[in-house]
Amino acid sequence: MLLPPPAPLLVATDLVVGYFAAKKQPRPVAGPLQLALAPGELVCLLGPNGAGKSTLLRTLAGLQPALGGQLAVGGQPLAALSAPERARQLSIVLTDRLDAGNLTVRELVRLGRHPHTGWLGGLSAHDEAQVQAALVATGTAAFGPRPVGELSDGERQKVLLARALAQDTPVVLLDEPTAHLDLPNRVALMRLLHRLARQTGKAILLSTHELDLALQAADRIWLLPAVGALRTGTPEDLVLSGTFAAAFVHEGLAFDAATGTFALHAPTGPAVQLLGSGAAAFWTRRALEREGFVPTTAEASLCVRVPHATQTAWLSQAAGQPPQAHNSVETLLRALSQLKDS
Amino acid sequence: MRPVQPEAPALAPVAGARRPATWLVALAALVLLGFVLDIALGPVRIPVAAVVKILLGQPTGNPAWTFIVREIRLPKALTALVVGSGLAVSGLQMQTLFRNPLAGPSVLGLTAGAGLGVAAVMLAGGGVANGFAIRALGLGGSWGLVLAATAGAALVMGLVLALSARVRDNVVLLIVGLMIASVTGAIVSLWQYFSAPEQIQEYLLWTFGSLGGVVGSHLAVLAAVVGVGLVLAFASAKPLNALLLGENYARSMGLVVGRSRTLIIASTSLLAGAITAFCGPIGFVGIAVPHLTRALLRTADHRLLLPGTCLAGAALTLACDCVAQLPGSQTSLPLSVVTSLLGAPVVLWVVLRRQNIRSSFS
Repeated sequence: MLLPPPAPLLVATDLVVGYFAAKKQPRPVAGPLQLALAPGELVCLLGPNGAGKSTLLRTLAGLQPALGGQLAVGGQPLAALSAPERARQLSIVLTDRLDAGNLTVRELVRLGRHPHTGWLGGLSAHDEAQVQAALVATGTAAFGPRPVGELSDGERQKVLLARALAQDTPVVLLDEPTAHLDLPNRVALMRLLHRLARQTGKAILLSTHELDLALQAADRIWLLPAVGALRTGTPEDLVLSGTFAAAFVHEGLAFDAATGTFALHAPTGPAVQLLGSGAAAFWTRRALEREGFVPTTAEASLCVRVPHATQTAWLSQAAGQPPQAHNSVETLLRALSQLKDS
Repeated sequence: MRPVQPEAPALAPVAGARRPATWLVALAALVLLGFVLDIALGPVRIPVAAVVKILLGQPTGNPAWTFIVREIRLPKALTALVVGSGLAVSGLQMQTLFRNPLAGPSVLGLTAGAGLGVAAVMLAGGGVANGFAIRALGLGGSWGLVLAATAGAALVMGLVLALSARVRDNVVLLIVGLMIASVTGAIVSLWQYFSAPEQIQEYLLWTFGSLGGVVGSHLAVLAAVVGVGLVLAFASAKPLNALLLGENYARSMGLVVGRSRTLIIASTSLLAGAITAFCGPIGFVGIAVPHLTRALLRTADHRLLLPGTCLAGAALTLACDCVAQLPGSQTSLPLSVVTSLLGAPVVLWVVLRRQNIRSSFS
């Protein structure tokens, strides 16, 4: 029997996000949205620039008022919480520039204890233990005495995450934490977030442009298109139902559900029948797409057979002509483009 | 991910805290030294031993020394203490609030407001009488001047507080403060343009700044107001720390930014307004001392920086006042000239050594 899903930590009903333009005119950016964040869940918020991802995150964090709808955190309306109460429910990692280069890593993470300390801001042994736990969980304990200004982008992002963890909130929001990071750091951060969500039972919501990583790491995806309604679901359901592909059609992006990637190149040339399987077929297919061909399994006037067990060369054949052998993808492509032109 | 290195949580804070603590003690010692030296130096040189004796209430056998110390130099040294710590702390608050290394007590236009008040009294009416009071008694000698300067500073403070409630963005507020200062300065300039040369001279005398003449009830009032301002400042240590990461992070950590900002601006207004009212505009201390203190203490924690700037500001002002006496001569220099002449090279040295002031001013 299926267990009922755990009670969500954060629920938004008919939430409209946006901002007030001149003369207090509300300018909605997205909504009405129906959202729920469950404990132990890593949720990726995807969408093009301008769809309102940052606005939504800032609204969920209580940094800016909602234009409409209800928002409840921990069973209580967000607006009814005092600022420190809210800060004990929600923490956020922003894209704001850090000017405080003199702060050491430990001092910065200690700031996360702000809503838990007294009016003087003194840290108890429990607070220090939380700070240490946050540093250890993010793998930044060794950075403790270093000034924040001397950290690399990847290190700084982990330290900012540690500050949010030290705030000890059930819900953690991150606004584009993978921006400015190289691939290994992006992967490491996503892996870390996924592990944290599982181990600590926190609900972690991050906005990102890393579609591939999000599809792999997220338990749930919130798709916020520039036009149209927000869609939520597990990544696989969204992909298989075609919702994911549909969300990016407006951006001129073609998502291939078979490979889980976005086509970078618009097809221009003729169809090419691709025979074969495995890594060689996958990479040959990518090369053909880059050159504008439309790889297909159906019969076509051009045909390519990739290397397999007994044969180490690529074979290309145009209708009514003898097959040619090629020892690399490069020579194959050159031959094909000649065939196409003739 | 890097392998997690075990680290004893109890050890790390102690290691980091040693440097600031050492410097706080050293700065306190400097303040004490400067205080005694400031009293000892002057047209009549009094031996340090005698100064200590008089301060401890013991007889020295020289009633003239006792009189000079009790009636003139002790009040002046106390004023230097109050002025230095007050200006430095208000500068620190402004730099953190506005996240701007160039901010100081004057950015909100308070100094200019006080100047406007003084100009109104001096240039519009009774200028000669007040000018006479300056030469005879020092600046603080005239309650009229103090009240005028207070009124001017309070006017600007009210304006800034009212605007800060409407303006959400601190950068906008900073620009508002600078514009208020600019307009106020322009009004004073206009006034000067249409005034007689003697009147302008009196006003100029006020703009040099002076620690002398703040005695008796004046000193008590100044110390009380600055005391309140400092208490407010120390109460804002936690909000100031939260503001280090910017307003958005501060808000996300549960800070009621508007209320904290009002507290910080009120504190700064009391400090800078009262000090300018009693002693005239004293430049430099407010901008430079916070940088100096950060460089010395190597921390951004305001629970350490606030006492640090307090002590460093007092020490620097006392030292500058010692130099302003021109030891061995009968004349003395205007204080704000000395603070800038002496202080600017010190700060240049600190800033150039650290290079990354933009990213590490807080």
